[in-house]
Amino acid sequence: MKRLDRRSFLKCAAAAGAGVLGAPCPEAQARTRPAPAPERGGVLVDTTVCIGCRGCEWACKEAHGLPTPPRQAYEDATPFERLRRPDAGALTVVNRTAGAGPGGLPAFVKAQCMHCDHPACVSACIVGALVKQDDGSVVWDTDRCIGCRYCMVACPFQVPAFEWKKALQPRIMKCDFCAPRRAEGKLPACVENCPVEALTYGPREELVRVARSRVKNHPERYAEAVYGEREVGGASWLYLSARDGAGIGLPALGPDPAPGVSESIQHGIFAYFVPPVALYSLLGLLMWDAKRPAGRDGEG
Amino acid sequence: MAHPHAPQPVQVRFLTPGVAVLLLLAAAGLAVVAARVFLGIGAVTNLSDQYPWGLWIGVDVAGGVALAAGGFTTAALGHVMHRERYHALVRPALLTAMLGYTFVAMGVCIDIGRWYYIWHPIFMWNGNSALFEVGICVTIYLNVLYIEFLPVVTERFIGRVDLPGALSRLNGFVDRGLRLLERGLSSTMSFFIIAGIVLSTLHQSSLGTLMVIAGPKMHPLWQTPVLPLLFLLSAISVGFPMVILESLLASRSLGLEPEMDLLSRIGRMTAPLLGVYLAFKLGDMFIRETFVHLARLDFPAVMFMVEVFFGIVVPLRLFLSEEARRSKAGLFTAAALAVGGVLLNRVNNFIVAYTPPFSFGRYVPSPGEVVVTVGFVSLLVLLYRAAVLVFPVISLPSRPRAPRTKYAVRG
Ligand code: SF4
Ligand code: SF4
Repeated sequence: MKRLDRRSFLKCAAAAGAGVLGAPCPEAQARTRPAPAPERGGVLVDTTVCIGCRGCEWACKEAHGLPTPPRQAYEDATPFERLRRPDAGALTVVNRTAGAGPGGLPAFVKAQCMHCDHPACVSACIVGALVKQDDGSVVWDTDRCIGCRYCMVACPFQVPAFEWKKALQPRIMKCDFCAPRRAEGKLPACVENCPVEALTYGPREELVRVARSRVKNHPERYAEAVYGEREVGGASWLYLSARDGAGIGLPALGPDPAPGVSESIQHGIFAYFVPPVALYSLLGLLMWDAKRPAGRDGEG
Repeated sequence: MAHPHAPQPVQVRFLTPGVAVLLLLAAAGLAVVAARVFLGIGAVTNLSDQYPWGLWIGVDVAGGVALAAGGFTTAALGHVMHRERYHALVRPALLTAMLGYTFVAMGVCIDIGRWYYIWHPIFMWNGNSALFEVGICVTIYLNVLYIEFLPVVTERFIGRVDLPGALSRLNGFVDRGLRLLERGLSSTMSFFIIAGIVLSTLHQSSLGTLMVIAGPKMHPLWQTPVLPLLFLLSAISVGFPMVILESLLASRSLGLEPEMDLLSRIGRMTAPLLGVYLAFKLGDMFIRETFVHLARLDFPAVMFMVEVFFGIVVPLRLFLSEEARRSKAGLFTAAALAVGGVLLNRVNNFIVAYTPPFSFGRYVPSPGEVVVTVGFVSLLVLLYRAAVLVFPVISLPSRPRAPRTKYAVRG
């Protein structure tokens, strides 16, 4: 009931918005977004297996040429004392949520770009610097980016980071799903380095099946939902956990693709330039009419 | 030209104590801009990966665009409806819009990380992006505003071209050029005026679409699919109050009598516009049942109530009152509240409402960000003052027309 109300409200809203601008918008509803490539890759993160060794953090920095302390330094557990987010110096970080793992143990949750199937960042980027590729990765193009940071505002998982300290060529920093490594036939660096196989790399649709069967075979170990399967229209990265997404510190999100509403408004207003042109003609007519001697402001 | 109220340059001194203060503020702002260019955004702002947009986007860009709406609303009234008596208001509003959008562009330039790539959107398109649409529309509109202002420039200089020294041989040539330009402009101006209005409705509403994609990262009191409509309605309703405000302020600072009759007339027209905006704002709240969030009385709830009550309800009541409209104080209060209300709405939408899932403390603008914003506003006021001293922008009904020769003396 609630849902229905919201949906019809959205439709009215988009129609009203376009109506104000002079014309109805049949195209707004008709457009469909491109389906993600069926063979796109993904990673299944099993947080119940992860031991919090932070090897993935080290491997990621090594693979992306980011400064990092030696591997042994990652045995230090103090970073777990506070919540961390990926930033310009670390494209992935592991957080610990007390009591959220199987049997009341802590859950270790790796965070990085989810490589959404309908990425908000790609829809938002003013110059199209972000692209969802057929291999599943969402990648960023430094030759286009103007540094407006709209992608950061748009991302529902709050992932892209910015190089705030750089005066020239500051970059948007986020996980690139090791697209260059994978093109050479290698595994993503984090997957390759995980000592306990908490990370499984493979075709995304197959990973969904793997995840579902693990949930089915071990209902005592896993929460029902596979995080990333449906959130904001689905993502290439998927999470299995003892509690649902919110329980292990992931944002609670609905199943509608994040860019859906804004894109239909956008296309409603522009619908093949019909509304602007209609408004233009209307104003032109009004102006012409008002300028005829009879139409003049009598008191003026 | 033979019109009794023809606009003319105002004849007062440029430098006053107030102007000196503005010059200092502007200089301070530019100094921080220099620091931002050489040291990066992080060095002067409190922006972070959690709060990527702040004061500059909320006030300098979104606020600036909204408050420059006087340009297209008076153009619609004066040119499209062709109400000649309001023509006295069109040029000052046009000047404000032109300067306002220039500063919006400057605000964008310092806020984006790679200011030297500001031209990229012209060649690299993403039709799905609301920001792309805003950027393109604002760019075109800025040029349209400059073109709309050109007749003021030709009017000022035709017959009075007086180049110094050896260049004076070119006087006749430049003058002929200006006359040619004027003829071309006057036959095509309608095209630009209507284009300006269409472009304004487009980007004023797309500015509202900007935050729609932030989805649940935006407080439900403001996050709604009708945001573009609310942005457009608020821009339309703030156009006339902005003209009133700037007209009262300018006439006071330049020692002129404001056109009270005209101002109270557009004040009366503002009331229904504010009423429509209020109706949609409240209607949206009731349909989405977001009023439950008001009961929490937390910071966003209070900001929302301040915005609606002092920014819409009170000025609406004042604009409806004949008595308030007749007095300078009443009109000033009403206009200032309406302008403040829309400005607060933009701040609320872009800053207060933004609540990311992972936050390490609220965003509060840094002193550097505030100094830049204040400096830009000061610079804008200074340029406005300089422009009305040089160009025929303001109509002076209560003064005898200055003799022609005086123009030639001015520099
Ligand atoms: S998680 Fe964010 S940055 Fe990554 S693809 Fe999705 S929207 Fe883009
Ligand atoms: S910061 Fe760069 S990548 Fe992000 S939206 Fe702006 S131009 Fe696109």
